Amino acid sequence: MTKTVTDVVCPFCGTLCDDLEVVVSDDGKQLTEVYNACVIGTEKFLHSQAKDRVTRPRLRQEDGSWKEISYDEAAEYTAQMLAKAKKPLMYGWSSTNCEAQSMGHEIAEMVGACVDNTAAVCHGTTLIAVQDIGIPSCTLGEIKNRADRILFWGCNPAHAHPRHMSRYSIYPRGFFTGKGQKSRKMIVVDPRVTDTAKLADVHLQVEQGRDYELLNAFRVALNNEWLPDVVAGIPAEKIREAADLCKSGRFGIIFFGMGVTQTLSKNHNIDEAIALTKHLNEFTKFSIMPMRGHYNVTGSGEVLAWQFGFPYSVDLTRGFARYNPGDTSTIDLLARGEADAMFTLGSDPGAHFPISCVKQIAQLPSVCIDPHQTPTSGVSKLHVPVAFCGVEVGGNAYRMDNVPIDMRKVVDPPAGMLTDEEFLTKVRDRVKQLKGLA
Amino acid sequence: METVTITMKNPPALYLEADNVSPDKFAGKTGSQIAELHVYEGNTTSTLGKYFEVSGNAGATAADTKIVVKGDVKKVKYLGMKMSDGELVVEGSTDLYAGAWMTGGKLTVTGNVEAFAATGMKGGELTIEGNAGNYLGAAYRGDWRGMSGGRILVKGNAGSDVGMYMLGGEIVINGNVDVHVMTHAEGGKVTIKGNAKSKLGGQLVDGTIIVFGTIDVMMPGFKPVGTVELEVDGAKAKFAHYIGDTGERKKKRKGQIIYGNLYKKI
Repeated sequence: MTKTVTDVVCPFCGTLCDDLEVVVSDDGKQLTEVYNACVIGTEKFLHSQAKDRVTRPRLRQEDGSWKEISYDEAAEYTAQMLAKAKKPLMYGWSSTNCEAQSMGHEIAEMVGACVDNTAAVCHGTTLIAVQDIGIPSCTLGEIKNRADRILFWGCNPAHAHPRHMSRYSIYPRGFFTGKGQKSRKMIVVDPRVTDTAKLADVHLQVEQGRDYELLNAFRVALNNEWLPDVVAGIPAEKIREAADLCKSGRFGIIFFGMGVTQTLSKNHNIDEAIALTKHLNEFTKFSIMPMRGHYNVTGSGEVLAWQFGFPYSVDLTRGFARYNPGDTSTIDLLARGEADAMFTLGSDPGAHFPISCVKQIAQLPSVCIDPHQTPTSGVSKLHVPVAFCGVEVGGNAYRMDNVPIDMRKVVDPPAGMLTDEEFLTKVRDRVKQLKGLA
Repeated sequence: METVTITMKNPPALYLEADNVSPDKFAGKTGSQIAELHVYEGNTTSTLGKYFEVSGNAGATAADTKIVVKGDVKKVKYLGMKMSDGELVVEGSTDLYAGAWMTGGKLTVTGNVEAFAATGMKGGELTIEGNAGNYLGAAYRGDWRGMSGGRILVKGNAGSDVGMYMLGGEIVINGNVDVHVMTHAEGGKVTIKGNAKSKLGGQLVDGTIIVFGTIDVMMPGFKPVGTVELEVDGAKAKFAHYIGDTGERKKKRKGQIIYGNLYKKI
């Protein structure tokens, strides 16, 4: 016999879908089927059942091979590494629950570490812009029920957030949007003809790296001021039409992604986009929201912000929290050779960082805590596999609109495996002893 | 004026935070007292004397103190931070935050500086004989008050985000600049003798940008309003005049709308 667990939360992207149904064996040890999830979310659940899964910590040997060690030995190694380092870097945090993040920060404070999450290479620039000029935002529920002008700027939800459009932004029939897709106008700004762009009413094929100019041109158009004939490869007339289309809506929303946060101008793109949102509010109701990637990167920002005052790239080395991306951010710390130990949890910098930074990780004392075997575990000295968060352990996560959602445990982890939080608690207790605080 | 010379003898393994190296902190101290001042390498605190050889004594006040920094200080941050008077000469290149929040005095770097030099500068003179990094004379993260006074001269090139949130003072760059000049600025003046790339004066409320070389891409919010003759450093030349950013909010003075000005040499 099997049983079906309903209302399961998907631990993949920032959309954090909470309507999944998962079929598990009667003894609660095996997961057999997943319903309602997108293809990526389904894989995330099914991958926990992989037969070749690593279930015990592994320490790299002199000859490059792995040696299986106990969780206690792994906690000892991690605690020693962090306690000895002058500037340890504790990176990741976006694919775990808030409880584990909080425990990690406790360790970071004791050892005087730099704590950073994946926003450093993702929406960190958004956070800089938000700090600079604020953000008029809303929840995804409001968008579903009210929004009739949807802009996707430099993002491709068709592939990156597969159920975003069907659950919240384009197709659902909400309270004031009873005709679903027909009640909405969709504008996509992207240099490529993506699968999202193909669905759009208006596709502005902006020149690469000219989003800042185009956003500025929207604002100039709203002020009815002079515009050059062509801005960022788009005729002025088309920009004025698009600006009018935004103005004519009852409730608009700008969603944006890596296409603007990590291309030329970075935080300034978002700064100008937020300014445009504010500007549009002189005519109608408008909001703006980042398309956050990892399912709990928003939560990491929240936990860091309420504990240390800053949402990412927090430097605790001098005993108080400092924050200045460019100085305290992970890429810069690694590329400049400022860190002397690397701790990774719930992220895969090995797959996403510039190669010079990955080489740096390989040269440093390093610990990688991840249920999967990843390029990061491949270059780390110690790999600690843990239970899958959101599958084998519950906990709190924040959706891209800053709504906290409690995840559900659906199956047991393989016998004897620890969760992120349990392993970090062991490390915390050992660090306390090493620092003479226990 | 008394001169203190500090020479790097044991370079740090990581980076050194030397926010105590300024005429204000050295003033009234003997060489051996200066060697006892704190520096920070990661989460460890140690003394200046561990890394530097200190010779000479400081004057009674910051105004009477000159500091000369010798040796390889490429991995030293915060030199001349918050200095208010006196003189600091860095012989060579240095790292982040050179002259950050300085309010007076003279800071000279004979090599290059990295990012965040003269962050939130209020007064004094900063001369960089080499190149400057990003965020020269900009605001600190989250602050809306960038450089508000003083003068910066860069003999080489500068990076991106020069004069972000600038409120006053003057920056002169003899070489080229990267993207974003005077973003969000509400005053002050930036003169670029070389070439500029793009995004000049984005979200500019008030202030002046003068470019002698080329501009790759103009901001759409800058409207051409004719040509003017300007005298810069004693030489007269003709410039195309643009006003903007017309997309940004605008201030009024005596009933007139104030625009930022951008002049490009013809």
